[in-house]
Amino acid sequence: MRGNNVLGIIFSSIGENFIRELTEQRTMASVPFGGRYRLIDFPLSNMVNSGINKVAVITKSNYQSLMNHLGSGKSWDLSRKRDGLFIFPPFGNSNKDFKSRISMLSAIINFIKNSKEEYVLLSDCNTICNIDFRKVLDEHVKNKADITLIYRKDVILKKVDTLTLNLRANKRVEEIKIQPKDVGTCNVYMNMSIINKDLLIHFISKCISENKCDYNRDVLIANVSNFRFFAYEFKGFSRDIMSLGSFFEANMLLMNNEIRNELFSRDVPIYTKVRDDMPTRYGESSNVKNSLIGNGCVIDGNVENSIIFKGVKIGKGTKVSNCIIMQDTSIGTDCKLSYIIADKDIKINNERILMGFRSYPVYISKASVV
Amino acid sequence: MFPKQSVVAMILAGGQGSRLGVLTDKLAKPAVPYGGKYRIIDFALSNCVNSGIEAVGVLTQYQPLVLNEYIGNGQPWDLDTMSSGLQILPPYQRSRGADWYKGTANAIYQNIDYISRYNPDYVVVLSGDHIYKMDYSKMVAYHKEKNASCTVASIEVPLEEASRFGILNVNEDNSIYEFEEKPKKPKSTKASMGVYVFTWSKLQVYLKEDEEDAKSSKDFGKNVLPNMLNSGEKLFAYDFHGYWKDVGTIESLWESNMDLLNPNTKFDLNDDSFKVYSRSPVMPPQYIADTANVKNSIISDGCNIYGNVDFSVLFNGVYIGKDASIQESIIMPGVKIEPGASVKYAIISENTIVRKGAKIGAKPHEVSKGEKWGITVIGDNIVIGDDVEIKAKSMIKDSIMHNEKSRKEVAIV
Repeated sequence: MRGNNVLGIIFSSIGENFIRELTEQRTMASVPFGGRYRLIDFPLSNMVNSGINKVAVITKSNYQSLMNHLGSGKSWDLSRKRDGLFIFPPFGNSNKDFKSRISMLSAIINFIKNSKEEYVLLSDCNTICNIDFRKVLDEHVKNKADITLIYRKDVILKKVDTLTLNLRANKRVEEIKIQPKDVGTCNVYMNMSIINKDLLIHFISKCISENKCDYNRDVLIANVSNFRFFAYEFKGFSRDIMSLGSFFEANMLLMNNEIRNELFSRDVPIYTKVRDDMPTRYGESSNVKNSLIGNGCVIDGNVENSIIFKGVKIGKGTKVSNCIIMQDTSIGTDCKLSYIIADKDIKINNERILMGFRSYPVYISKASVV
Repeated sequence: MFPKQSVVAMILAGGQGSRLGVLTDKLAKPAVPYGGKYRIIDFALSNCVNSGIEAVGVLTQYQPLVLNEYIGNGQPWDLDTMSSGLQILPPYQRSRGADWYKGTANAIYQNIDYISRYNPDYVVVLSGDHIYKMDYSKMVAYHKEKNASCTVASIEVPLEEASRFGILNVNEDNSIYEFEEKPKKPKSTKASMGVYVFTWSKLQVYLKEDEEDAKSSKDFGKNVLPNMLNSGEKLFAYDFHGYWKDVGTIESLWESNMDLLNPNTKFDLNDDSFKVYSRSPVMPPQYIADTANVKNSIISDGCNIYGNVDFSVLFNGVYIGKDASIQESIIMPGVKIEPGASVKYAIISENTIVRKGAKIGAKPHEVSKGEKWGITVIGDNIVIGDDVEIKAKSMIKDSIMHNEKSRKEVAIV
């Protein structure tokens, strides 16, 4: 059964400043991940798997690659006559800045008003997880909540742009803090929430009229005591992409069999745009250990602890270890790469040696020649 | 009204492929998996789109469920267009009774209405069970240039194999003067590939004539083409030089898969200008573990490899356990090979489980004297039990949980 009274809204650009390198030529949503995916595949597939039929994707800039990836939404079953996928590029004649969630939502306010759904699910793109939003909605309805915030228990190491929640026993949110003083195990808000549509419209128009633009501060923190805010704990695997380092680590975690099975479950798959590559070819001299490899690769060298995206070529005598090599990059013969994040369409000539370090993976930008 | 299509393609996909044994037990030959992610019919369909043909009829008859499900509305091949596209054409009932497709010619005859609504100039008739990449538009251009009534694609085959094919005997200008169906003493090595271009106005006449002939076996190669020739129509051979394989037998299916592992084979499935499209399941990338050893192989999405794989083709979602060894074999989607099992020179069909320590097939030099060697075939959705040994050249349809010897022991207890 499909369709469940929820309108999905995805912010495709939030968090781009965390990983400047990867988002220089693309949105956060289209950052490649895990050998064949883009970050938006996770929120989008989670929504579709939870029966959401109508999804809006709000973009800010650099959204060419995202448009290319999403197309009509066919890969997620969202190319439909009734509802489906709606992509919102910045609205031409609005002079407002398009940086905050509030201004983005206000730009599509008529779309939200005209949607028949009663609830809205808001999500960013930089969290990797496989979550069933139906359970969140059930809780939301049961609690007669105005907003339900999805969180996980996690250790905050750095004081980044994260919200933490103080909860009562019944999961009602008592207090929301931004950049908390005490770091340690907290209830970390995952930047996904279900909110009643009429209330969302009210919040947006109120914020706009008062020239307030920070969703977290002016909607969530400001109203936590006036409205019924509840929290839903997500207990599965999840990782936020907050830096090049966390991007690297989240990718590497996919080598873990259990994590991979949970994230890419056969019953609730993560969908992505499929390219018609042939399967990967391993040559006579190939030697691959502990690596995740996409289709369409030709591997003649050594690969270890690495994520190799679709269409990558690795020449004879080359050693690739602890690397992320994105799609269609071609590496010549007798090269040595270690702790490298190589973007798309790079050409690495024969006998090149490139080294990063575990705590500092070296990034090579799209379509460069080494 | 349908807009005119100058070329309509008709793919014959109803064949049983009985020589493929258990592999075609529950599905038609064109739906048999090939090359790590494809099904055989992907080649005919991709050739059509890559040739710019917009109207494609697929004639189905034998076990069509898997095939129909796979082809669907033709979307993976861009054939889900508004006013033409792909149409599945099963045999049907009409006011004067119902008929199965009685032969290749009869199958096209029964669908004259489908072809006519596009008012085409030419019809390409091809079989859905060959592995090759071919631009039919070039062949149609050749057909036009020669002002032929029918053009037959041909490929050079070794003389010793020629008696397995329909052989075309041609004049110097490549016009055909004789057909020989599987001749004992072939006069030429030009074999028909089962790809025909007909001028539609001519074909209609001969199809109707053939249908009225009670003695005819309603076959293109045996009846329609010789009739056209005898009536003085111009028939030409069109030489094709690329890779082409009829995968009608276990051996040829296995060989054709192995051809993909040979870097010298001129058959590139990654060529962007002439891609082979398929319906792909969404699965995570393949994982090759620390304990794995993979060489000379083709592996697809969703595989988890912990064992040794050499000279093999692995389809999506295959699991190979630690210390398991796969050599010179084809492992179809969803198969699970448990730790320590060994598979040699075998084809294992979809979703079958091979339990720990089982031994399937043998290398040619390993069979004892007096025993025949061949490719071992294991059917789909069955279980081969712990330590069970399956001899070379066997064809297994049902689950086997114990070796014969231990089965007797169980009986005694």
